[in-house]
Amino acid sequence: MTEQIIEKIEKIEKKHEKKETVRSSIVLKVYRANRRAGESVHYNSIEVPVQRWTTVLDALLYAKAYKDKSIGIRYSCRMASCGSCGMKINGIPRLACYTKVSELEGSTITVEPLANFPHIRDLVTDFSQFFSHHRDVRPYIQNDEADIKDRAKLSEFMQSPEDLDKFLQFSYCIKCGLCYSACPTVATDTKFPGPQALSQAYRYFIDNRDAAGKERENIVDDRHGIWRCHFAGSCSSVCPKGVDPALGIQLLRGHLLGFSKNEKKVADLRERSKRD
Amino acid sequence: MTMLRESQIMKIHYITGIAALFVVAVHILMRLIIPFSLSLEYENVIANYHNIPYVLLLESILVLIAIHGFNGLRIILLELRQSKAWEDSVTILTIVAMMAVIAYGTRTIIVANGSGF
Repeated sequence: MTEQIIEKIEKIEKKHEKKETVRSSIVLKVYRANRRAGESVHYNSIEVPVQRWTTVLDALLYAKAYKDKSIGIRYSCRMASCGSCGMKINGIPRLACYTKVSELEGSTITVEPLANFPHIRDLVTDFSQFFSHHRDVRPYIQNDEADIKDRAKLSEFMQSPEDLDKFLQFSYCIKCGLCYSACPTVATDTKFPGPQALSQAYRYFIDNRDAAGKERENIVDDRHGIWRCHFAGSCSSVCPKGVDPALGIQLLRGHLLGFSKNEKKVADLRERSKRD
Repeated sequence: MTMLRESQIMKIHYITGIAALFVVAVHILMRLIIPFSLSLEYENVIANYHNIPYVLLLESILVLIAIHGFNGLRIILLELRQSKAWEDSVTILTIVAMMAVIAYGTRTIIVANGSGF
């Protein structure tokens, strides 16, 4: 019985395994444009030698180092932690440092700037609006009881593993903007906060150390707020960190509609009844 | 211009949508009691309008679908452009259109029922 189960799991794993294609070189088709300098959109095809482990970022940096120094690209950590190198790779928003060329089909890889962001130059986009939406949902813990000035009053906010589990997944967000780029609502509605900001609103809303749930609810409960999500789910499918912003949005909607019980209120009432 | 919070509007939107599914299903099933072509004959249609529970069902279909449909239209239009003037005019226009449709539909029901106008 156990062997059969293992066999089944192995079959499923084989099905889901990413097909790797080993090539000695690929052609990078790089989107080039500098609108401020009056340069129109065109694509540069650059042949780059690759190995099995070469990432798209490695290939781009090779092209920049040895073929064309003028390619505009933003990157930093090279290990999917900083979220700087987001771009459209073969039409799908991905992190260049987290995408191996061997995972991609075809010998030509097209790299373009992220959609839904104002374009600056080549593969670089402007994140101001994205960060502004993020700031709008107040992505930090607000609690008046936390008196950090008076050390005597400084207290520790206890949190059980169950409480942590409620938001842990959403705290993995690296603000790379891939979900924002994939969102069909953001494409039409510039006031829509986007999946990143909304999932972060939920992350802090459900955190039992935070006491500003109502204010955060009021921020997202707007004409252009959380209700404009069409639940296409593309944000979750492109997230490189498994955050699942669409889930956060639906959970927060449940709270706004009153379908989900407000665990914070329940816990608070329990605490009060204990004190009384 | 905000009379209701967006979450309240959307709650109404979802409730009217689900309720409309139910009443429209009843309405379609009522058509199947007798052969379909026969159910659309003048005498049968007028007879339906004289049946008070059926009249109430038709009125509820009218109200539910008007609210759900026009709010859906408002949402689509809100996504097209983002400016306060556009948003306020879209909201006012859809509310007025919704009320006009409900008023005209209700008038038709009352006239066919023969109890007024």
